[in-house]
Amino acid sequence: MAEVLLAADGLTRRFGGLAANRDVSLSLVRGEVHALLGPNGAGKSTCINLLSGDLPVTSGRILLRGADVTPLPNHRRSLLGLGRSYQRTNIFARFTAFENCRLAAQSRDPQAWRILGRAHGNASVRDRAASALEQAGLGVRSNVVGAALSHGEQRQLEIAMVLATGADVLLLDEPLAGMGAEESARMIELLKSLRPAHAILLVEHDMDAVFEVADRVTVMVEGRVLESGLPHQIRASAAVREAYLGEPEASA
Amino acid sequence: MDLPTFLIQLLNAVQYGLLLFLVASGLTLIFGIMGVINLAHGAFYMVGAYLAFALTGLTGNLLFAILLGIPLAFAFGALLEWLLYAHLYKRDHLEQVLLTYGLILIFEEGRSLLFGDDVHGVDVPALFAASIPLTDTLSYPVYRLVISAACIALAAGLFLLIRRTKLGMVIRAGSHDRDMVQALGIDIDRTYRIVFALGVALAAFGGMLAAPVSSVYPGMGNQVLIISFVVVVIGGIGSVTGALVASLVIGLADTFGKVLVPEYAGLAVYLVMAAVLLWRPEGIFRRG
Amino acid sequence: MRLRASRVALLVAAVAVIAFPFTDSAFYTELLAKAMILAIFALSLDLLVGYTGLVSFGHAAYFGIGAYATVLLAPKYDPASLWLVLPGAVVAAGLAALVIGLFVLRTRGIYFIMVTLAFAQMVFYVFHDTGLGGGSDGIYLNFKPSAAIGSLQPFDLGEARQQCWFVAALLFLTWWFLARLLESPFGRAIVGIRSNEQRMRALGFATVRYKLAAFAIAGALAGLAGSLYAILFGFVTPELLSWHQSGNVLLMVILGGIGSLAGSVGGAFAFVAMQEVFSGWTKHWQLLMGGVIVAAVLFLPGGLAALPGRVRRAFGAGGG
Repeated sequence: MAEVLLAADGLTRRFGGLAANRDVSLSLVRGEVHALLGPNGAGKSTCINLLSGDLPVTSGRILLRGADVTPLPNHRRSLLGLGRSYQRTNIFARFTAFENCRLAAQSRDPQAWRILGRAHGNASVRDRAASALEQAGLGVRSNVVGAALSHGEQRQLEIAMVLATGADVLLLDEPLAGMGAEESARMIELLKSLRPAHAILLVEHDMDAVFEVADRVTVMVEGRVLESGLPHQIRASAAVREAYLGEPEASA
Repeated sequence: MDLPTFLIQLLNAVQYGLLLFLVASGLTLIFGIMGVINLAHGAFYMVGAYLAFALTGLTGNLLFAILLGIPLAFAFGALLEWLLYAHLYKRDHLEQVLLTYGLILIFEEGRSLLFGDDVHGVDVPALFAASIPLTDTLSYPVYRLVISAACIALAAGLFLLIRRTKLGMVIRAGSHDRDMVQALGIDIDRTYRIVFALGVALAAFGGMLAAPVSSVYPGMGNQVLIISFVVVVIGGIGSVTGALVASLVIGLADTFGKVLVPEYAGLAVYLVMAAVLLWRPEGIFRRG
Repeated sequence: MRLRASRVALLVAAVAVIAFPFTDSAFYTELLAKAMILAIFALSLDLLVGYTGLVSFGHAAYFGIGAYATVLLAPKYDPASLWLVLPGAVVAAGLAALVIGLFVLRTRGIYFIMVTLAFAQMVFYVFHDTGLGGGSDGIYLNFKPSAAIGSLQPFDLGEARQQCWFVAALLFLTWWFLARLLESPFGRAIVGIRSNEQRMRALGFATVRYKLAAFAIAGALAGLAGSLYAILFGFVTPELLSWHQSGNVLLMVILGGIGSLAGSVGGAFAFVAMQEVFSGWTKHWQLLMGGVIVAAVLFLPGGLAALPGRVRRAFGAGGG
């Protein structure tokens, strides 16, 4: 029996008259990478923002581990185990990689509100930050300032920060964007290594990557879900091909 | 409160609100278009009032003073933009606050050097010196009606400018994205200079109009500035319509506050602002 | 190397502050105390501007509330207990900041600047228009508060030197408190919020609550400075809450370089020094002050704290 961690039911979001998301439903299961595809402007980022709570929904419901989290703001959802990365790298550029993760881990620290204790004195927070960095493959770069990391490393750091919070639902907004072939390969390995323990939503443009790693694919067009299914079903779908994949070689 | 008193207070409230609009609209435009928070905007109101005082002394009539004063204020604004404000567009709010705060000190002391620290009166132009009798004992000065009429005419002109001209298109776009504006085929440096000078001229004109009613005194600009901030917060930054509505609301709150709860009158406008913040923290007419 | 240099500087400053009152110049002893009080005030604002990323243009409100609370809590015909009025002022200012913070923190950016100014002006009118604190004329603190604890008299604020040292001790405590706070989990969180609030929320931080706490702490520390100011001069007026005061303290912080504790203290001292020198030259000294501000923004981004680095760079990296 698959363990559904996050389920979205009929999400709709309007900006003025424009519906950026219309009746979007999808679910994330532990042990699976669920890829979200679609042309630019299909509403993928809006969808992530709705799931993470960065944007309020106009209508629809979001269940996290079966509990309705629709009215909760983003930081409350985060505390319930939902983590996200951003399409544009979104780290604390002036902090070291370690401090980025330490801060992320600190959000789960019951003593996060202490005003006089030393932030670096908390061993359990430190350990979680260090192991998240290790897991994301940044162990050797932990003392480098965020701004000085390479683009690929910054993307890895974003994921390390999410891991440091202990989230098991990961919403990843184009983690491969702007990466070279070698960096992409490393990121894909990272995603595969995270798969067993996490439920992952992967928004991505890179088709090869998506079909290499995805267990399930949902295609969005103009704010709606066009089709959802196993990778081979999506590849075979005429509707998807017409609406999105377009050129024949893309499906190869 | 009987009807004539109420009527008089209502007219006062509208007149005060409209004067505020002249200052607040410039403030909101300068922020909306150039992204500059201009603490010195109240000083332009003061500059206008002292210009009115000086030029009335020179020419003998406030109307001549205003005719001379508006182009002077506009030129002054353009000069300031070129000298100082043009360097602020890419700076953060903190530096904008600091520089324009420094300007206030300079304007205030400059005023003190040139005119001293006394309160000065300015005569109402003879043409409008009459009063309209309302009852046996109450009457309403024509000049106050003239102020309101002038402000309404100006507001109408401003709205026409915004709705009908290319400059207005930029204003409506409300964008400080220089590239986008340039893509519309607009000379951005000139546009900024004109908008800024326009804002200065509006505030100064407000000060000139108000001079006979409020007299001309040290610190008059700062008071107007802070109330204009309240107006902009309530109306929503960048929205001229919001500035108009909020100005009238504040005019009413302040005027009737003074009549109904004199001891706490100073607080009335801030309570209105607090209420709006709870209800709509980004202002009533905030866009995009 | 740099750390040791700053330690030495701190030591020199401490010795100077302790030794200075022995020069027997009542005027300069009082001036020094005033500068140190303003340094506490500037430090409190830097917590907001420099570390939390909240540009408050109404910080004088809490300074003024602290000053008024000190006078209003004191009995009219007897010396008050220092240990009552000082904490009382801190709590009053902190509570006021907490309540006002609930409103102003609903806004951000430029709205925040305008709204903090407007609320400060509202507090100004409370003291200016109502009889609460003597109206526009202000109100006297008739006696210096007594530091007595039971029969023990640890020091006497009526004595100018001891008063100056007491202020110095509190400045040191404030500095120490803020330095510790910035290394604490809370401090790291607010610095994170300044850097990237959206990310902090996504990581699970209730950022508004952190900002509110920082706002209240900063208000309380400003109240401490205000209380000391009232004790030093024995007189408070609504001017203490005026927006000029808010502008001046922001000037101190920016002049010194935001996000630097030493910078805030230096900025406060530089401000007092400039005020002294300029007002010695002319009664229109604000003109010069305004000129300095405008020049500083145009030609000295980063404030005094950035000056050593700029000088070093100007003379080439080869020397370092």
